[in-house]
Amino acid sequence: MQKEMILEQEEIIVKKRSQVKEVWRRFRRNRQAMVGMVMLLILIFAAIFAGVIAPYDPLQQDIINRLQPPSAAHIFGTDELGRDIFSRILYGSRISLTVGLIAVSISSVVGCALGAIAGYYGGVLDNVIMRCADVLMAIPSILLNISIVAALGTGLQNVMIAIGISSVPAYCRIMRASLLSLKDQEFVDASRAAGASDPYIIIHHILPNSLAPLIVQATLKIGGAILSCASMSFIGLGIVPPTPEWGAMLSTGRDFLRDAPHLTAFPGIAIMFAVFAMNLMGDGLRDALDPKLKN
Amino acid sequence: MLKYIARRLLMMIPVMLGVIIIVFTLLYITPGDPVDSLLGDDATPEMAAELREELGLNGGYFERLGRYVTGLLHGDLGIDYATKEPVMDRILQTFPNSLKLAGCSVILALVLGLTLGIISAVKQYSAFDNVAMALAMVGNAMPNFWQGLLLMMLFALHWKLLPASGIGGWEYMILPSITIGTSSAAAIARMTRSSMLEVIRQDYITTAESKGQTEFKIIVFHALKNALIPVITTVGIQFGNLLGGAVLTESIFAIPGVGKMMVDAIKARNYPTVQGGVLMVALTFSLVNLAVDILYAFVDPRIRSQYK
Amino acid sequence: MSEKSKLLEIRDLTVHYVTVDGTVHAVEDLSLELEEGKTLGLVGETGAGKTTTVKAVMQILPDPPAKIIQGEISFMGEDLLKKSKKAMRKIRGKQISMIFQDPMTSLNPVMTVGDQIMEVIRLHDKKLSRKDAWIKACEMLELVGIKSDRATDYPHQFSGGMKQRVIIAMALACNPKLLIADEPTTALDVTIQAQVLELMRKLKAQYQTSMIMITHDLGIVAEICDYVAVMYAGEIVEYGNKEQLFHRPSHPYTKGLFACIPNLMEEEMKLVPIEGLTPDPAKLPQGCRFHPRCPYASEHCQQKRPKTIETEPGHFVKCLLIEGREKE
Repeated sequence: MQKEMILEQEEIIVKKRSQVKEVWRRFRRNRQAMVGMVMLLILIFAAIFAGVIAPYDPLQQDIINRLQPPSAAHIFGTDELGRDIFSRILYGSRISLTVGLIAVSISSVVGCALGAIAGYYGGVLDNVIMRCADVLMAIPSILLNISIVAALGTGLQNVMIAIGISSVPAYCRIMRASLLSLKDQEFVDASRAAGASDPYIIIHHILPNSLAPLIVQATLKIGGAILSCASMSFIGLGIVPPTPEWGAMLSTGRDFLRDAPHLTAFPGIAIMFAVFAMNLMGDGLRDALDPKLKN
Repeated sequence: MLKYIARRLLMMIPVMLGVIIIVFTLLYITPGDPVDSLLGDDATPEMAAELREELGLNGGYFERLGRYVTGLLHGDLGIDYATKEPVMDRILQTFPNSLKLAGCSVILALVLGLTLGIISAVKQYSAFDNVAMALAMVGNAMPNFWQGLLLMMLFALHWKLLPASGIGGWEYMILPSITIGTSSAAAIARMTRSSMLEVIRQDYITTAESKGQTEFKIIVFHALKNALIPVITTVGIQFGNLLGGAVLTESIFAIPGVGKMMVDAIKARNYPTVQGGVLMVALTFSLVNLAVDILYAFVDPRIRSQYK
Repeated sequence: MSEKSKLLEIRDLTVHYVTVDGTVHAVEDLSLELEEGKTLGLVGETGAGKTTTVKAVMQILPDPPAKIIQGEISFMGEDLLKKSKKAMRKIRGKQISMIFQDPMTSLNPVMTVGDQIMEVIRLHDKKLSRKDAWIKACEMLELVGIKSDRATDYPHQFSGGMKQRVIIAMALACNPKLLIADEPTTALDVTIQAQVLELMRKLKAQYQTSMIMITHDLGIVAEICDYVAVMYAGEIVEYGNKEQLFHRPSHPYTKGLFACIPNLMEEEMKLVPIEGLTPDPAKLPQGCRFHPRCPYASEHCQQKRPKTIETEPGHFVKCLLIEGREKE
């Protein structure tokens, strides 16, 4: 009996592994997704090794050499205070990736928890949670972000919280929808009959089955979060100078648009690079996780 | 149908109330006293109290919230701290500009997105399809504000073809509309393509073909209407992005719309204006979503019969 | 068979599906003929190439991947394969029309049924006014037993059987010479099947339309077909009139199909499954295509492709065993 159980579990593990393998195989065959992954790896590499790769201190000013166009000494040129733009962009990738990851973690954890509660228990709790989600969704996210940052104050931490909160409803809805479709299925009933607790059922049975849309959503949202962060910094309500944040760099570059366009060009390309990578990854994961959805 | 619309409008009331409470609360807990910053250092406590009274800043949280909601029912959104004008007047001045911009962007996004999406689907895997979809990916990833700056740099500063900022004739709307509309156009194009590809494979398309209908008319009369159903959802979602994009774009192109008003107001701690602006945008967004749902019923008879 | 009465004549039709994963030989060297006013039953397992054949006649094969490699489809003395797209459009719906397998998905969900019938009428009679076309569409609905005031309803408001009636109305609206029905009753309930079939038979007689009926159901063949063609893996393995096929089946495959049928009058005459599977049309066996499943197959059958031979007037078989017997 005992042995059989173990065997069964091993079988499940093997099955899971082959599932992951299958997804990876499909993902690898998708050229766009692979491009996205390589781009993301470059970004992660830049973020981790910014201190090693960067030729200059991102905050070190050199007023004499301000607004230099790209050259051998400064491959992306220098900004209005003579800081090396290449170094600033490298360090900026740390901020963007951090914001993307943490904001998405906040929203996915909070959103999934709320969505699971709403879907599993239903009734008044469901109504209250979902109406709150409706309210948050009625405000375009950038406005909600700005309002939250206005209340909490600018800075990395508050920006992440703001972006995190504003995308909670999306996860809430996905999680709730998959819970509603899963909770009456037989394997859940069986588990309940075997005496499993509600959180156990949600974590062990329902979450794994609703993982695919959540992963896709999360990947795409990381790109969205990077974009939101840059937008907020751009209007001066996000991460404030002198921190090398891409949106903030673009914002200061605005004043030199005519004479030194490289101030806006490179941070813009950096943002686009990051968002593009995440979008490609997200699309690729969607196709790999659920081949039915393709086209 | 009318009953359905009425029910939806009624359902909007609690949502809007929720929006009011959230925004009000956020601005309530925002640190800093606007009265202090308005009066400066040499103000007497009496002056401060008087101003507080005038701006409706006296009293506790619930008193002020209650006062705000009651005022709102009379069309009163409070007083702008800086200009001392009623917020409602400021919104009425700025809103038409935003609406015009949003309208232009939606039209641009729809025309561009639908055209690219349809052609890409019909000529799947062709060079056109590949290029259009690559552009759509780029359009999706491009930050709005950066694109705005690039456009301004090229068309206004470099080639001097179009005005760089401000408002005036329709030519002032071109660059901002492109800026806001591109990412939505990209999203609509991608959705239209995949939806069209799905529809083209359906049996009723073969039926139409077997009737001897021309390819063009099959696409226009049979495929498109069916393909539009999921596209309409995308358009609804994109409208929220358009409104959000307007906040940034209005600031870049110095268009006196609700978005620019709000950004300026937040920086100046001019909260009634921020609150009024957010409310106005949320209301517009909700109304557009209602319109989208009604449009659904208009396009899809299956949904229409559910509403009866 | 006089030359004059031949409505449709297919000669050596070969259709391939060319995909990245390989070429699928969907239809190979297929020849068929149909006299005016008669009904031909096209029988065979799923994937035998029946639908591909009739879609080639209509020229609504999806291209890519489908490619007509060779052959001739002569309809009223003219080769359809040589016709321009425009000329072909004038024939589709007007001279040849088609009823599809699944009525649930064959109607456009966002158009009223009246509009969908009217579409085909107006396409082929440009002089007819909108109003007259609408009246005609309503008449067609009445003809198939649907009240004309339902013309403004949408497909989702009809049941499966009703939808199939609408499709029949649409197919007959222009009084076509040839009606192709691709398993028109498979997707319907058994009770509805009989009604729809009866309606088709009645209207066919009334309109004097020739018909190609694709089916799995030998009962339908027995009931309404004059001729039967049995398809296997893209080829017609046996062809003849109903009598010949039912009483003197020659090909081992046909024999298998008809094995358990006691007589023509019996109800429930479904195809009997034959041991083995239909070959993957991308990897067809050498020699006779049926040999891996044929109980009589010899070594000879694995190498040589059989030719079509006439065993009695109008009865054609494609089998090496019979070929050998004839020679002796």
